[in-house]
Amino acid sequence: MATTRGFLGRRRERDPRLPPGQYDVGAGWPVLTAEATPRMDADTWTVTVDGLVETPTTWTLRELRLLPPSVYAGDIHCVTTWSKLDTNFTGISFDTLLDAVGVKPEATFVVETSTTGYTTNLPLDDVRGGKAWLVWEHEGKPLTREHGGPVRMLVPHLYFWKSAKWISKITLLDHDEPGFWEVNGYHERGDPWREQRFDGD
Amino acid sequence: MSSASTGTDEPWVVPDDRIGGPNDRRAAAKWRDARVVEVAHPSTDAVVLRLAVPERVQHHPGQHYVVRLRAPDGYTAQRSYSVASAPGDDLVELFVERIEDGEVSGYLADVVEPGDELEVRGPIGRWFVWSGGVPAVGIGGGSGVAPLVGMLRHAIDLGHPERLRLAVSATGRDRLPYADELEAVGARIALTRVPGGSRLDMAAVAALVDPGVTVYLCGSARFTGAMETLLVDAGQPAGTIRVERFGPTG
Repeated sequence: MATTRGFLGRRRERDPRLPPGQYDVGAGWPVLTAEATPRMDADTWTVTVDGLVETPTTWTLRELRLLPPSVYAGDIHCVTTWSKLDTNFTGISFDTLLDAVGVKPEATFVVETSTTGYTTNLPLDDVRGGKAWLVWEHEGKPLTREHGGPVRMLVPHLYFWKSAKWISKITLLDHDEPGFWEVNGYHERGDPWREQRFDGD
Repeated sequence: MSSASTGTDEPWVVPDDRIGGPNDRRAAAKWRDARVVEVAHPSTDAVVLRLAVPERVQHHPGQHYVVRLRAPDGYTAQRSYSVASAPGDDLVELFVERIEDGEVSGYLADVVEPGDELEVRGPIGRWFVWSGGVPAVGIGGGSGVAPLVGMLRHAIDLGHPERLRLAVSATGRDRLPYADELEAVGARIALTRVPGGSRLDMAAVAALVDPGVTVYLCGSARFTGAMETLLVDAGQPAGTIRVERFGPTG
């Protein structure tokens, strides 16, 4: 592709933590959601893991807090080209919930569902082995409603639409079922390092 | 980032196959060199670019394009901009707000001239999209009016401007993109920082509520958050509200 006349770009020292086409949003954290932000009560919120598991299980936040905590410290990347570097979230590893429910051998994909009905799909291998969390704190403070509180999914190695806000259910499947953005023109997997933004990338 | 008729029980199910089949979507994802045909500066903080896009895929009002700038050393920067033109327009019109210190918007506002080429891909998005076939409500704040203007122009082309009821907000008239066109169709206009100004308050929002239609809400996170709260309090079902949020992204 040709260069753009007169464009030099500003960031000559590119931070190696930034995937291609991303920029550092600094201390900010833009809110991006396609639907109205739901009003939820942390005391009545629950999450269910079901589908191809031995024991479908539902947890309250109080019950999750009794499980071994886990912190993600690192970067997050939004498909709209911002990245937030060196941030942290506290919650539990999704592996803890998978271990509790018992994954059936035929399970290969998951669908995350929000209380709003938002869905996003992922290969099971993208949410196990220390790659995914359920989180309720960001940098030591309760996760705010607009960022998905009381509890959201966190899958930081993929673009952030794969980290469903207001998570209510994770369903294990033996086949892929495209979720909301995946039906609406975005990439099936969304690896920021391969710049898998849109359908066809 | 679909159709106006969502089926109210399942707002996230998008039944509308008219919004670009697989072939269209693949073609839209391709980067291509668009030619800048017209450049206008409606205010000091905005630029309107009108582009001739080769092998153009017809857009639906509400969709966006991505513009990618490439430096001689290969460095690239890209941003998304809503399409403000109707599908029937020969050119693709992008409204770009100049963000303070914005790497991309500053270049587009200050450097781009007619005759330049810009790498673009699009149209993208199947959710914040209105076919024009059914009534809808659009609420926009500041540069968030751009996709709504694309919808309005399409409704006018269809001979049905009344299908889209609009309410928009800006700090002043000079900060309201496309103010003339919005006034001409009788959009509810709130100017928040002028003498005797007004806001889109509960009364203004309640006047728009119609549980049977989709509401397209576009603007900053703060604006859309405030409007969502008013809409839901006024009786608009949350599942009928489609939101496109902008942050300052340079």
